[in-house]
Amino acid sequence: MNLILKDVNLFNPFSNIDQKKVSVLLKDGTISKIGNIDSKEFENAEIFELDGKYVVPGFMDMHVHLREPGREDEETIITGSNAAANGGFTEIACMPNTSPAIDSAEIINFIKKHSKKHLVNVYPIAAASMGRNGEVLSPIAELFEAGVVGLSDDGVAIKTASLLRKVLEYSKMYGLPIIEHCEDETLADGAMNEGINSTQLGLPPLPSVSEDLIVSRDILMAEYTGGKIHIAHISTKKSVQLVKEAKQNGINITAEVTPHHFTLTDDSLKSYDTNYKMNPPLRTEEDVNAVIEGLKDGTIDCIVSDHAPHSIEEKEEEFQYAPNGIIGLETMIGLSLSELYHKKILSLKEIVEKLSINPRKILKISVPQFSVGELANFTIIDLDSVWTVDISKFKSKSRNTPFDKKLLNGQSVGVVNNKQMFIDGAFVNI
Amino acid sequence: MPLSSRHLLGLQAVPKDDIQLILETANTFREVLERPIKKVPTLQGKTIVNLFYENSTRTRISFELAEKRLSSDTINFSHSASSVKKGESLKDTIRNIEAMKIDMIIIRHSAAGTPLYLTKICSANIINAGDGIHEHPTQALLDMYSLKERFGKLEGLKVCIVGDVAHSRVALSNIYGLKTMGAIVSVCGPSTMIPKYIEKLGVSVTYDIDEAIRENDVLNVLRIQLERKAGGYFPSLREYAKYFGITRERLDNNKDITILHPGPINRGVEISSEVADGNNQIILHQVTNGVAIRMAVLYLLGTLN
Repeated sequence: MNLILKDVNLFNPFSNIDQKKVSVLLKDGTISKIGNIDSKEFENAEIFELDGKYVVPGFMDMHVHLREPGREDEETIITGSNAAANGGFTEIACMPNTSPAIDSAEIINFIKKHSKKHLVNVYPIAAASMGRNGEVLSPIAELFEAGVVGLSDDGVAIKTASLLRKVLEYSKMYGLPIIEHCEDETLADGAMNEGINSTQLGLPPLPSVSEDLIVSRDILMAEYTGGKIHIAHISTKKSVQLVKEAKQNGINITAEVTPHHFTLTDDSLKSYDTNYKMNPPLRTEEDVNAVIEGLKDGTIDCIVSDHAPHSIEEKEEEFQYAPNGIIGLETMIGLSLSELYHKKILSLKEIVEKLSINPRKILKISVPQFSVGELANFTIIDLDSVWTVDISKFKSKSRNTPFDKKLLNGQSVGVVNNKQMFIDGAFVNI
Repeated sequence: MPLSSRHLLGLQAVPKDDIQLILETANTFREVLERPIKKVPTLQGKTIVNLFYENSTRTRISFELAEKRLSSDTINFSHSASSVKKGESLKDTIRNIEAMKIDMIIIRHSAAGTPLYLTKICSANIINAGDGIHEHPTQALLDMYSLKERFGKLEGLKVCIVGDVAHSRVALSNIYGLKTMGAIVSVCGPSTMIPKYIEKLGVSVTYDIDEAIRENDVLNVLRIQLERKAGGYFPSLREYAKYFGITRERLDNNKDITILHPGPINRGVEISSEVADGNNQIILHQVTNGVAIRMAVLYLLGTLN
């Protein structure tokens, strides 16, 4: 099928493309022509009038919990991938805290089988230790061969310094990054950030130093072993500073942040609404400002959703007992554009780097070049669309988000990948 | 003038006028408690549920007595564990109870914020009888009532809360209530049991119990929960008693000081037997006043609609 994306702004900082109001001809999902398209082609093609909308390399969310296998009532590989397409992503990396954990080639094959025909590419992150128990190395070589792009004990930091050393050294042979949930487990028995709010709300505190301790440990170990550390969902001012210094010292380290950690503070907890309960917890305004500064100065490489689906009944438990996490695939682009692009914190180039280029670089996935003959991998964004988040329109199976009814500025209007297009809420083969 | 809220969830946001009204109303009921017939018909026809998800003897009995003396119908519901461990969710339990047409719920729960949650899922008046380490407003009200009875006023009164402030709902409610009423509040205890950011609430901190005794009109001595030792917040009960326990010898530095304790007391730990039975303490007054305070709160909320 021939398809024309008409009058788009084609923007790809990775291959230095910045063309205004051009048309792109796709034949069978492959880029056939950019620029002056013969009027004859228009007769035989499906035409999408995209007057001034941006076409950028498909966005990637490298921190998604798909819940399958184990909790298919909350999300499946397919529903999570649908949510990703609806949110504006062509690639996601799925985290290993499933049940059983992603720690064998069989489970990788299971994930690949279920995601094979989808528009969205799913890249598995595997557990660094068997069962994420922090004791025995997972079969890293075999996992790499099966297609794993990173390792993480997800939900917890790698338990001991001695295991972390082995994981960093062993994974170095395959260039796999170690994605760390930085939290000292001996300080992890709280329900919200420690501060005046936790004191006033009577909720057991999670001190920010628990994150900082593991960030420090991991930086030192990355330096010592020459391995590659990626700090998951960074949330404290101190941790941002530590990563910044580590980068200045040439240590192999990268970091990501979630939209909730650059938009919300622990003031939101005053309602005891469990949709504000996540780990790392929402921090203070000072931390939010530091994270935003880190995005600006390049300390933080990418934005991720930490999409964590939970059932309604689990989130309706008492605050202290409710599970951590919120879904984020379908709000992340809107929140990033509203809070970072429109507030002039990041340029569009930086947005595309942090949402598309950098996550691929970290996980060693090739970045779309927008060259003729290449499989089209696009996200189409409308920078100026003003829209209201409506959870009833989500493709995710879960509904746990604090952003329902929020007014946002800018969104994805469609994605193209694997010879499919997702537009107007539906998938089309192209 | 009625109360400004139809629930009592905590004292953080309760205005001075409301506290004043509760304390004054309690005066009337305190007098009722001295009568040979200690019952008034005020809440006849109202149904009140005491929903206790955590063990409690005195608070539950105190509420139950207050309810009975106001002639309301009283139902007790005790649940040993939180809903998470049992089959039914809190929401379903509350909706079922509400469907039986009740007017008020007194809730005690191990999780902070549960009373607020109840206000969102049912239409009864909600009274917090202690939620986690958050608030215990009627305890603070009865403490304030007892102090007002003794000193005539709360304004300018120097009160130090002693012990495990970090894990105490009594401490937080007292801090809010006393500050609202113009008292000067401080806290004293081992530094592991003082919340890191407590000074932001406008209270001062000391780790020296003798200084606390010298400098204050009142000590509100918290119960040391013995299970805290397991968390390693202090080395031993012996060391706690030696450095923070209130003993007769220590009170020699301020013979006029008034001692409160929310009970139940651990004799020989946070307070010595001599002090617990001595002239400085007003512990049993607190218990009696507790019934009057709870009658006042029930009456004011129960007749609001």
